[in-house]
Amino acid sequence: MAFRKLCLGALTAALAGAASLPLPAIAQETIYVPLFTYRTGPFAGSGIPVANGKHDYLMMLNERDGGIGGVKLVIEECETGYDTKKGVECYEAVKSKGPVMINPWSTGITLQLIPKAGVDKIPILSMAYGLSAAADGNVFPWVFYPPATYWDGASVFLKHVAATEGGFDKLKGKTIGLIHLDAPYGKEPIPFLETQAKEHGFNLKLYPVAAQDMQNQSSIWLNIRRDRPDWLYIQGWGAMNPTAVKEAARTGFPMDRLVGVWFAGGEDDARAGGAGAKGYKSLNWHAVGADFPALQDIIKHVVDKGKSQTPKDKVGENYYNRGVYNAMLIAEGIRNAQKITGKKVVNGEDVRRGLESLNIDEARLKELGLAGFAAPVKVTCSDHSGHHAIYIQQWDGTKWVRASDWIEPMRDKVRPMLEAAAKDYAEKNTGWPKRTEPCDKSS
Amino acid sequence: MFYREAGQYKTSYAADMAVFPLREDRIGLAVIILAAYALAFTRNDFLLQAVMIPFLIFSLAAIGLNLLTGYAGLLSLGTGGFMGVGAYACYKLMTAFPEVNVLVWILLSGFFSAAVGVLFGLPSLRIKGFYLAVATLAAQFFLQWAFNRIPWLYNYNLSGAIEAPLRTLFGVPIIGPTATAEVRYLVVLTLVIGLTWVASNLVHGRIGREWMAIRDMDIAAELMGIKLFQTKLLAFAVSSYYCGVAGAMLVFLWYGGAEYTVFDINQSFFILFMVIIGGLGSLIGSFFGAALIFIMPIGLGIALPALLGPFGINVGAEVIEQLRFMIVGALIIFFLIVEPHGLARLWQIAKQKLRVWPFPY
Amino acid sequence: MDLLFKIFVEPFALMVSAPDLLAQTLWEGLVGGVLYALIALGFVLIFKASGVFNFAQGIMVVFAALTLVGLHEKGVPAVLALLLTIAVMFVLAVAVERVVLKPLVNQPDIILFMATFGLTYFLVGLGELIFGGEPKVMITRELFLPQGATDLQLFGGVVRIQHIDVAAAVVASLMIAALAVFFSKTRIGRALRAVADSHKAALSVGISLDQIWIIVWFTAGIVALVTGIMWGARSDVSFALQIIALKALPVLILGGFTSIPGAIVGGLIIGVGEKIGEFYWGPLIGGGIETWLAYVIALLFLLYRPQGLFGEKIIERI
Repeated sequence: MAFRKLCLGALTAALAGAASLPLPAIAQETIYVPLFTYRTGPFAGSGIPVANGKHDYLMMLNERDGGIGGVKLVIEECETGYDTKKGVECYEAVKSKGPVMINPWSTGITLQLIPKAGVDKIPILSMAYGLSAAADGNVFPWVFYPPATYWDGASVFLKHVAATEGGFDKLKGKTIGLIHLDAPYGKEPIPFLETQAKEHGFNLKLYPVAAQDMQNQSSIWLNIRRDRPDWLYIQGWGAMNPTAVKEAARTGFPMDRLVGVWFAGGEDDARAGGAGAKGYKSLNWHAVGADFPALQDIIKHVVDKGKSQTPKDKVGENYYNRGVYNAMLIAEGIRNAQKITGKKVVNGEDVRRGLESLNIDEARLKELGLAGFAAPVKVTCSDHSGHHAIYIQQWDGTKWVRASDWIEPMRDKVRPMLEAAAKDYAEKNTGWPKRTEPCDKSS
Repeated sequence: MFYREAGQYKTSYAADMAVFPLREDRIGLAVIILAAYALAFTRNDFLLQAVMIPFLIFSLAAIGLNLLTGYAGLLSLGTGGFMGVGAYACYKLMTAFPEVNVLVWILLSGFFSAAVGVLFGLPSLRIKGFYLAVATLAAQFFLQWAFNRIPWLYNYNLSGAIEAPLRTLFGVPIIGPTATAEVRYLVVLTLVIGLTWVASNLVHGRIGREWMAIRDMDIAAELMGIKLFQTKLLAFAVSSYYCGVAGAMLVFLWYGGAEYTVFDINQSFFILFMVIIGGLGSLIGSFFGAALIFIMPIGLGIALPALLGPFGINVGAEVIEQLRFMIVGALIIFFLIVEPHGLARLWQIAKQKLRVWPFPY
Repeated sequence: MDLLFKIFVEPFALMVSAPDLLAQTLWEGLVGGVLYALIALGFVLIFKASGVFNFAQGIMVVFAALTLVGLHEKGVPAVLALLLTIAVMFVLAVAVERVVLKPLVNQPDIILFMATFGLTYFLVGLGELIFGGEPKVMITRELFLPQGATDLQLFGGVVRIQHIDVAAAVVASLMIAALAVFFSKTRIGRALRAVADSHKAALSVGISLDQIWIIVWFTAGIVALVTGIMWGARSDVSFALQIIALKALPVLILGGFTSIPGAIVGGLIIGVGEKIGEFYWGPLIGGGIETWLAYVIALLFLLYRPQGLFGEKIIERI
């Protein structure tokens, strides 16, 4: 009994002590960049390479250049497990340390943080995920959605379909299926595809996959077998993707007519299908592979020195490069903020301005050692996405190879829908603040 | 020494049966409530937003489940779903009638989840124990599906989520992005104290005793003239009411916006942990349980790097998370072994010891 | 009227007009059902012998499969890895008995249930700590499991049968047969059944409860390993697989918590029922009803028979 009491007492004391521990102070002359990551939980398969890419690129800047503009970056990961609850905890934990921006990497956490961004003066960079309407900078000055929205993605998919079939008029009477995660993220492209279905006269079939049935999709694929769609578009994440590719291979669905959104294009997603997955396509906006000076620098300065968790052969994989791309946007946002304000140590408000006037052109990409890695990115005050071009990659059985040129999204179709959605959001959320932030000229 | 009943005479039956018969208990409670209100003035956003607000809300949900599982003995795994009903009902009501104060809607939204709770509680008359628990899972999965699939529930928002619009009380924003953590904390605290007081009166009154009679042996209770059907359904209704209010508070006073995934099966399990670890059939246990299950992992998240750091072990955020899982799991087992009746029993034992301290013999 | 037509006529018309699809749906349902039954079997074994509603069965499936694949990735040959995994499951069973069950003996069911939640958390953390969170590909070829598919020409259409599914069905049947023999013919099996009947009576005739519990948890661990291999071969080995264990719950209430045949029949009913429901009636309300259909089927069943299909009749005394 005495031992039990002792244990309990010690535990209580330890916990009480833990709660009152001061948070580690951040030294001056640094820029604090928190990274929300998920290396655990059901979505870890996609989360780990992304987290590695983000971390390694920023770490490389620290090691090679001593940070950005001579100011070291303090990189801190916060594990969310793709869980909104833990996301809030992470946000509150990092908020007091003056983060320059937040990258939530989860639609749920993004939705939750959008209203807070303007109040706490911390910009959100949700790179090609999150609330589509947030691409309208006039309504959402604090949220950034480069380089393209899900609606852009769906429009590129349709363009690819039309190009293969021989024109948009050939779409009439065709059946196009959308197999999606049954959650707001997965349902995102539906409104766009529905309007397009009306316009071009194709049938849209929806195949929702519930989160708990991510690895149990056989009835969905039975439906697909019955409906015989001509094309399938996958909007999935985590364990759903490899299962879908595997099931497609099993049912004998023609692989080159199965197209995944950019978050359904991991190496592991395709690899799961084995030889049958050959021909699987997915959207992308950055290159795959490590043959870029910046990535070689990462290997040299970070991976080889053991400062990363990445196995060397995983550098250059698709999701890793996506993390690198994300980190590049972070770094360029900060650099731009330094340029505009003339300050060395920038804060969230400065970085918001920096992101808003982001203009990474070919020359700048070359300077960064990323020539040919991605298309130029430009963000403006009203357009926080840019709706940039996307290409299609194809799985050759062992790796992703590029299968198309850059395809411009249907900007004229997407943009008005986005603006209407943004207006709708502001109206429904009475008291949504009008934009008061002045607009900087693009650099 | 300072905590004993010597000199406090009970002169009426009511005084003898009071919830807090000791003057020291009443003073202690007052001090705790005052301290809780005082916390709002620390202006520590992390403490308020990431720890205290969710802790109080989860405590309320745990009280709701405790009324059902701890007092009436009906095991439910549908808590998450019932919380969701409250949240979505509140969202529909407050967007449809923006002129009515939102606090009214938060309190009323509970009645919708009470109705749903009664509906899914109907099988409880025939099914018992784990069979009933699994049956309530039907409610959980069906409701979760409905939140996602019926766009009317989220006002056809393209994001598929419900968001908290700006709402004020006496001109101060209490809901929405501009509501400060302090204000929201005060609102949550007041609501939780008020509802806990109601729950305390319920369980100490006739209804509570009927529930406990059913829990201990339903056939015997029936023979004594307790109507099983009404009483069990009432337990489902009251429990779901509390869960519903907690769900509405969770979305509007804490998250500020939510997808249906917030109310998934894990939420149900999460609340169940709190109830069992805290102590079945104890209101204060619900608070203890919520503290242990919700605050402990946060504490560990802060403490682990600090504890491992000095030994030169620098681990990534994910290792901390994994260790956190392992430690929480081990602690759950540990606490169950040490005191299967929950933290509430430990609290009782501690009070008993304090009464005779420093001369136990 | 249109709705009634869609509910009562159209699905059946489709069944008749496309019998190949019906056959395929039934087959997929049966295969899914076998796998549900396997998970349910793990639950039943433990519930029967120790009265514990073992929530950790789901994570045991993941943990076993991860250990197997993880060891193989570290360079251990497949067969050796399989043996080592079995050894790990044995150690796990002993640890659970020593650390969790023994100190909690005679506690209410709900406390033991809760303890298995603690175990789940612990195993999630431990599994990720050791093997990482990435999904892994099951080593089907190394374990001599067949791959590929056969297309049967049936009813004027094609029914595609995956070899791995056939293998899953065969392995599951073999295992169930082996368990049946083990339970009815061996000494330990008879002791097990005695324990299931009454702990006290079993103790009084000299059966060691500790030993029995270890054996039961170990058996459940092996069932988990087989389940993990089969599910892993169908999709991937990842922590998301743990959620599938929830699918076994409606199987359990349908079949009864204490009945092994119940778990199998229940699994098949649920598997076929939900596939047919999703395929023929799901599109009426937007699909994705598979998540709760199984529970509703089970719930309706329970209202008629509160102890499940094969459960022991509940007799209550004051």
